[in-house]
Amino acid sequence: MILNYSQPLELSKLTSWIDTALQSALPGFWVLFIELLLVGIALLAAYAVIAIILIYVERKVTAFFQARVGPNRVGKYGIFQTIADVLKILIKEIIQINRVDKFLFFTAPFFMVVASMLTFGVIPFGQGLQAIDFNIGVLYVTAVSSLGIIGVLLAGWSSNNKYSMIGAMRSGAQFVSYELSAGFALMTMVVLSGTMQLGEMVETQRYCWNIFNGHLASLVAFVIYLISGHAETNRGPFDLPEAESELTAGYHTEYSGLQFGFFYLAEYLNMFIIAAIAATVFLGGWMPVQIWGWDAFNQLMWYIPSYVWFFGKVGVLIFFSLWVRWSFPRLRIDQLLNLEWKYLLPINLVNILIMVLIVLSGLTLTDIFGK
Amino acid sequence: MEKIKQIVLDTVKEAVFDEQERLIVTVSPKELHPLIKRLKENNDLPFDFLVYLIGTDDGEQLTVTYLISSSKNPSVEIILKTATADRENPLLYSVTDLYETAHFNEREIYALLGIRFINNPDMRRFLLSDEWVGFPLRKDYNANPALNPISVESRDIVDLAPRIMETENGELVEEIVKIFEDDDYIINIGPQHPSTHGVMHFRTALDGEIVKKIDIHSGYIHRGIEKLSESLTYPQILHFTDRLDYLSANINRHALCMCVEKAAGIEVPERAQYIRTIMDEMNRIDSHLLAWSAQTNDLGATTAFIYGMREREIILDIFEKTCGGRLIINQNVIGGVMFDIYADFQKDVKAFIPYMREKLKEYDRFFSHNVIALGRMVYIGNLSKDDAISYAVTGPAGRASGWSCDVRKHHPYALYGQVDFKEIVRFQGDSYARYLNRLDEIEESLHIIEQLIDNIPDGDFCAKTKAIIKLPEGEFYQHVEASKGVFGVYIESRGDKTPYRLKFRSPSMALVSVMPLICRGEKISDFIGIGGSMDYVIPDIDR
Repeated sequence: MILNYSQPLELSKLTSWIDTALQSALPGFWVLFIELLLVGIALLAAYAVIAIILIYVERKVTAFFQARVGPNRVGKYGIFQTIADVLKILIKEIIQINRVDKFLFFTAPFFMVVASMLTFGVIPFGQGLQAIDFNIGVLYVTAVSSLGIIGVLLAGWSSNNKYSMIGAMRSGAQFVSYELSAGFALMTMVVLSGTMQLGEMVETQRYCWNIFNGHLASLVAFVIYLISGHAETNRGPFDLPEAESELTAGYHTEYSGLQFGFFYLAEYLNMFIIAAIAATVFLGGWMPVQIWGWDAFNQLMWYIPSYVWFFGKVGVLIFFSLWVRWSFPRLRIDQLLNLEWKYLLPINLVNILIMVLIVLSGLTLTDIFGK
Repeated sequence: MEKIKQIVLDTVKEAVFDEQERLIVTVSPKELHPLIKRLKENNDLPFDFLVYLIGTDDGEQLTVTYLISSSKNPSVEIILKTATADRENPLLYSVTDLYETAHFNEREIYALLGIRFINNPDMRRFLLSDEWVGFPLRKDYNANPALNPISVESRDIVDLAPRIMETENGELVEEIVKIFEDDDYIINIGPQHPSTHGVMHFRTALDGEIVKKIDIHSGYIHRGIEKLSESLTYPQILHFTDRLDYLSANINRHALCMCVEKAAGIEVPERAQYIRTIMDEMNRIDSHLLAWSAQTNDLGATTAFIYGMREREIILDIFEKTCGGRLIINQNVIGGVMFDIYADFQKDVKAFIPYMREKLKEYDRFFSHNVIALGRMVYIGNLSKDDAISYAVTGPAGRASGWSCDVRKHHPYALYGQVDFKEIVRFQGDSYARYLNRLDEIEESLHIIEQLIDNIPDGDFCAKTKAIIKLPEGEFYQHVEASKGVFGVYIESRGDKTPYRLKFRSPSMALVSVMPLICRGEKISDFIGIGGSMDYVIPDIDR
């Protein structure tokens, strides 16, 4: 296949080389075992590295928005600042608090981290860089990412702190509401693509991204997904559960050291996950820009590795998320729920209907201009 | 004046008049309440604004002084005095039913002088804890630290308030009332909280997210400045004024300087007046910028906060170049200013004015019309004009409720009589009106500075004063328009180099006292937002 020699830097080459090497040297069970182990380690490493990079990026970008310099002491341009912070948080004391529900208090951070880690399994980071390609990938993502709210509720409940409790309750209301919108927006795209498998979704968007494919209906779904996804990550202007100026730190007020680090980590990773899902479902995932009929151009595009495309698209979406976060004031709880139940949800319901009609009557761009 | 005199005589025949700069009326405790009521309810010029409520220990009797004024014409003022000779259990009648602002002031007087007020609905001590031994402002107060040791034990807060009420047949009943209902969900906002703008403690009863009731505890950083001042000379006291509302430090200091200068008959050179006025306005811009920033931060917009700080930095740099201080600039002294302006002062200030105007437009684009910001401010925290007057809420907040209360207009001091500026008055009374008022006042301040900056006359910047300044016997008042409202200084002198009694009228106290009223029924997040729009500074209350 022509593509095989046109992708010199593609990581799938490395993975398949490892696979063949293992296959030839070991029996089937051990191959599977070692590969699972390697995938697990790779994902955990990616998890940590992405978080560190994101935190640094956010601090720098924020500094840029706010006419500041940002971290600039540890290493050139402060690039080792986050690493230093991570080391610090690892060795910090975890403060034992009186009269908390110990078991739930210690469990809560794990829910947060595990929920976001599970999602990592299905995200296609690049061609062949996907741990498992479920046939119900979209459903899995929605299901798993909503586990995080249990962590938030438990943290708020078990902290024995009224501020935390209010934060957790807000978070509950917010999460349940916006989960609906996010789910519906993804559903619209499932209708358009005709599949729930993320890998296949990327493939169907080879020549036309989903965001354009369904005309205005797609665009509306994209915007709604960004808003509700942003709300699910609990970041400004939707940071009511934390609401630093109102509730000090909301549900994680009482946490310290690594436990707090887990919440912090999960927050950044959730931001990444939302952007990654949006990029995969709406913007063609890791697929390079391809134009029907321009073969030379298409081939040229493939020279850029697929994971660069993926992280590029994710990066743009994350930048949007930061831009919004650092520009808007915080919503109030009733405004937040109004936005969801009075605007986003009805629009979404109509939108999904329109999308069904578009697909049924064969009016998508791919239908019109042929494949 | 004659008319007022007539009203007074109609109500109280044996009133004692003493006409100095203001009319001083001395009446007996029983007659005070009817007289104030009469003055408040007369139609020509209702005296509905209680400016000062001052308690003094005269040695034999405990005197309470009320300086009242009219919201229609704040330049008319009369002083009412009443006293009690009972030092064991002094009781006077409360005027809380006429002026809401009297509530906290009476509680403060109870804490500092031990006078209890009949019919005040909540007679707990303000500023001091209930266990405090002695009444600090009494002249026979025992300041031995062993009497009031510093306790490191945790104490539970008791939500019970004692009070003395008068029944219909004239009996006095002492009772204890509960502040909250038994099953209220109470959270403590403060004393340590990111958004209380200081060490203020709001005990807040919530119904879900909705604020049901707020109970204010104050005094966490009470320093006893008024008591300390009684043993310090006037130039020494100057430094305390900076530590009240530190954001309008220069303006506060100006007030005390003017009060002393007026009393001692010191003529301030023209150049000093120019410098003082310009510096006051710079200080006002500085304070309003911080208020704007803090308010946006309270609403969750961190970036706007930093933008405000960025512009404020330039003012602070100019302050620093002038006299070394940034927040507290130590410039005003009795007789003028301590340092002359530096060579490039005019150039720096003139460069700042167009820059700031540009930035005001940016604030407008960035925040003032943001849909979320509007939702968080418009029709939120409504304060009606009547309430603003009754609670004595002055400054940008009072003017946002439609009350023209700018001291610079009604009692022009320094050069405010000679410059042209608008008093910004809005009528909506909500958070957004207060927000816009501050931004507009920055513009007016720039306009004032523009008129003065090129015309600073040559000459002395400080008058020659005696080494030891003694004030003649008497009572002296001076108020100025600080960035938060009317800041006042009251000095009672007995001819010494130290004041016999010194009282600061704090604008922030009124701003805080109105919070329970305007936050009732609002969401907890709006409570924070409204607090930001009121822009109070706590050290100003905890004198």
